[in-house]
Order: sequence, then C-alpha cells, then structure tokens
Amino acid sequence: MAKVRGTGFAAVNYPTGMHLGGDPTQSLIHMTPAGDFVVTMASVDLGQGLRTVLAQIAAETLGVPYESIVVETADTDTGPHCTGTFASRTTHRAGNAVVMAAQEARKAMLEVAGELLEASPEDLETDGDGNIHIKGVAEKSVSVGEVAGAAHFGYGKTIAGRGAYLKPPSPMDPETGECDPDSTQAHACTVVEVEVDTETGMVEVIDMKSVYEVGQQVNPDLVKGQIVGGSWMGIGHALYETTAPGYPAIDPAPVDFQNYLQPGAAEMPDVTCEVLEYPAESGPYGGKGVGEMVTNGPIPAIVNAINNALDVRITQIPVTPEVVLRALDEKKAQAGA
Amino acid sequence: MEDKLIRLAVNGRDEAVVIQPLATLQDVLRDKLELNAVKSGCGQGGCGSCSVLVDGELQLSCLTLAERVGDAEVTTLEGLNETNAIVPLQQAFIENYAAQCGYCTAGMVMAAKALLDRNPAPSRDEIVEGLSGNLCRCTGFAPIVRAVQQAAQALSDTGEEAS
Ligand code: FES
Ligand code: FES
Repeated sequence: MAKVRGTGFAAVNYPTGMHLGGDPTQSLIHMTPAGDFVVTMASVDLGQGLRTVLAQIAAETLGVPYESIVVETADTDTGPHCTGTFASRTTHRAGNAVVMAAQEARKAMLEVAGELLEASPEDLETDGDGNIHIKGVAEKSVSVGEVAGAAHFGYGKTIAGRGAYLKPPSPMDPETGECDPDSTQAHACTVVEVEVDTETGMVEVIDMKSVYEVGQQVNPDLVKGQIVGGSWMGIGHALYETTAPGYPAIDPAPVDFQNYLQPGAAEMPDVTCEVLEYPAESGPYGGKGVGEMVTNGPIPAIVNAINNALDVRITQIPVTPEVVLRALDEKKAQAGA
Repeated sequence: MEDKLIRLAVNGRDEAVVIQPLATLQDVLRDKLELNAVKSGCGQGGCGSCSVLVDGELQLSCLTLAERVGDAEVTTLEGLNETNAIVPLQQAFIENYAAQCGYCTAGMVMAAKALLDRNPAPSRDEIVEGLSGNLCRCTGFAPIVRAVQQAAQALSDTGEEAS
C-alpha cells in the first residue's frame, strides 16, 4: 500500500455564446447632466466581473474615463433585452452591444461638442481624461461635463446610444448537418499531477497548470480569477461534489453545506496559468469568453491523472475514495483471473 | 412568548431593539439594525457568511441567540473602522481580487480579522485553518489566502492592528 502519483491532461475547445446563435443582447447608454454615462443592461453579473468589463469597454469606445461609467445590470423588467448570462457569452454578446451603443452615444456627444467648438464632429477627438478637442489643437477643448450641460440645458438634446448584438440563428441543414454553430471559440489545456493513497483511496491534487486562449483579455486579473476559481470547482466536481452520493439511489441526498462535500482552501494546490491572446474578429476589442470553460479542463485532467497513477480506467465523477478502492479491487480481481 | 426589548452593543453603539423570542443575532443585525454585511448563506452554521466578532471572538451569528449576547461587544464588517475608511485587511482583499460575487467576503474578512488579532503572523496552514469555517464558491480560496498573507505582512511592517 502506498501513495502513487500520476499525471493527466485535458484540452478544451469552447464555443462562445449559444450554440447556433439567435441569442441577442441589447444595451442602452445615456449621458447624465453631470457628464457620466449610464450603461443599462438586463445582463447579470454573477461575480465574474461583467460590470467592470462592460464599463471598460464603454469607456474605451466613448473615449471617456472609466470612472465616469455607471453600469446598471440585471433588471429584466426595465432593461434592454439580454438572453442571459450563460454559455460564456456575456463579454462577447453584451460587450459587442455596448460597443455599438457607445459608438452612437459618442457620435451624439461629438456633435454637441462640435457646436460648442464651432468645428465639424469629424475633426474632434477625445483624450480619455474627460476632454474633447480639435485634432492637433489641444487648446481648442471642451470638457465632457460642459458638453453634458450644453446638451441638457442649452440645446435640449439627449446624448445616448443603442446597441443590439445578435448572431443570427443558424439552423442545421438536416441533410448535410451544415450550420454555423458559433461566433468564436476559446481554447485551453490543463495538466494535473495527483497523488493517490491506495490504502484509503484519497486523492490529492498536487499541481495544476493550465494554458488558456481567450482572445484579447479585457481584464487580465478577472480572467485569472476565473481560471483559479474554476480550477477549484474542477477539483470539487472531480473528487467531492455530488447531489446523489449513492447513485443510482437518490437517497440519502446532501441537503446542506455540512453534508455536501466540497474542497476547502486546504485542498487547493498551487494553480499556475498562462494566457495567450489571439483576438477574435467578432469579439469586442477581440474578446472571446472565459467563464464556463475553466472547469471543463480540470475535471477530466484529474480523472486521467488518477487513471495514470493507478493504471485503471475510471470514467465517473466524483472519484471518491470508494470509487478508487473499487477500481483497485477490480484491477486485482482481473489480474488474478 | 412575547416580543421583548433587549440592549446590544454593536460596532461601538448601544442599540435597543425589540426582538421576537429566539431571534438570532443574525436576524437582529440584518433586519433590525440593517447591518447587511452580515450574510445568510445557510442559517445553520455551515457556511460562515454570517461571521461576526463577539468580544473579539469569531462567532456564527446565525447560531447565536440575540438574547444571550448580553453586554458583549458585537463587531460586524461595518464596524471595522468608524470612519468607514478601508482598513489594511480590506485593502489586501481588494488588491488580491479576493472576491467575485462577494457573498462570502464579509465573513471571510471577519474570520481573517479574528485570526490576525490573536496571531498577527500566521503560517499558511494557520490561515487555511482560520478560514476553514468559511465557504467560498467562486474564488478557489487562493486569492483569499494570499490577501490574508499580504495583510499580515502589511501589519507587521506598520505595527498596526488588523483594523
Ligand atoms: S449563515 Fe451562519 S453559517 Fe451559514
Ligand atoms: S466570492 Fe462568491 S462566494 Fe466567495
């Protein structure tokens, strides 16, 4: 009886957005009298950082400071339509909608600035710090706040924009199977080393290394946060978590956190990740989606590493100590037969 | 049983609240005093999201009867700093991206404060142990552990307390 180590890997191709398209997200942006911009969405931020990312995208497109963007999310009664936060689609779908809305709002902002500066809107540029000036003539400048005041109280205009991003539905040809299933794909590979105790059946993940390709990262720290969190989720699904521990019997089922086993900080190995950036043509500033795919690699990689360590073929999750010990028994029985 | 009036010392203030019999400290903090950093992930001692300090000791407010608190001093996340400034521990959470949805965060910060107050230079294992009653479903814990390590370092550099 001993502790044995094994290595496994898994690779992922992950389509961004709903399979076969037809999943719109819309965005509305308006400027307040104070010169801030409110980005209204029905999309939901689950904690993945959608509000941050959309504020970055809006600021970049409008040419105004990040701090002047307010992102309102999640009200499906009053917000513009969003199909939902799932399928790793929101950076891509909502991001594209925000780019479109911000372009329209920027145009309206530059028109008012043009009137104030007595210049054509095409000759204006934003400095990203809250000012608009004539190209090459920095002193012929107005602030975004002055534009907001003039639009609201001088000209009686709104500075606003609409965005609607839809990947058109692409039904599959029943004869040929031909279709256009996705807008873009993200990719990843995870390599895991495990140590298995052949006496107790306990598995420890010693090391996890991943490489991801998610297009242009809009916010690298948030991407990394998702990858690290997803690595932990992968360990949970691969080794611990189940709503039916006695499957196919569904009782007893865990009904609370005391009985629903999940890994804690102690079970978390060092997770290292590299991110490659190949901007996607269809993405907002080249972004794809990270999201769900972060659990897809770790789970099979861990199971493969266990199989490699024990020279068995386990194909179920979670790989609990019982599953490990049964696999070892079976191997022994086969060897004896 | 009838409603009754109790007094609680919360975040340095004396509060008089009318509570129902068997009301938990969690109910009183959230519903009567609107201290909503105190979360309710499970209401049965399994997640740590309701963690507060009672006389400096980490406690699950969902398992604490409000009446039994007596004149002990209760501290919630809102009470970490009277002026609402960000304390070094919170700053470390921010810099390490130690929150995603944020549901666990207030409880994590309170657990980390309780740990650093009794052990200002914890080892990694001691941090893991100190946070072991607190669940996080988003971050994978690694950034949270790193935040506590950074806070401990910052505190030893400045000789300050956790808050
Ligand atoms: S709410 Fe108190 S431990 Fe979960
Ligand atoms: S950040 Fe979501 S539970 Fe910890």
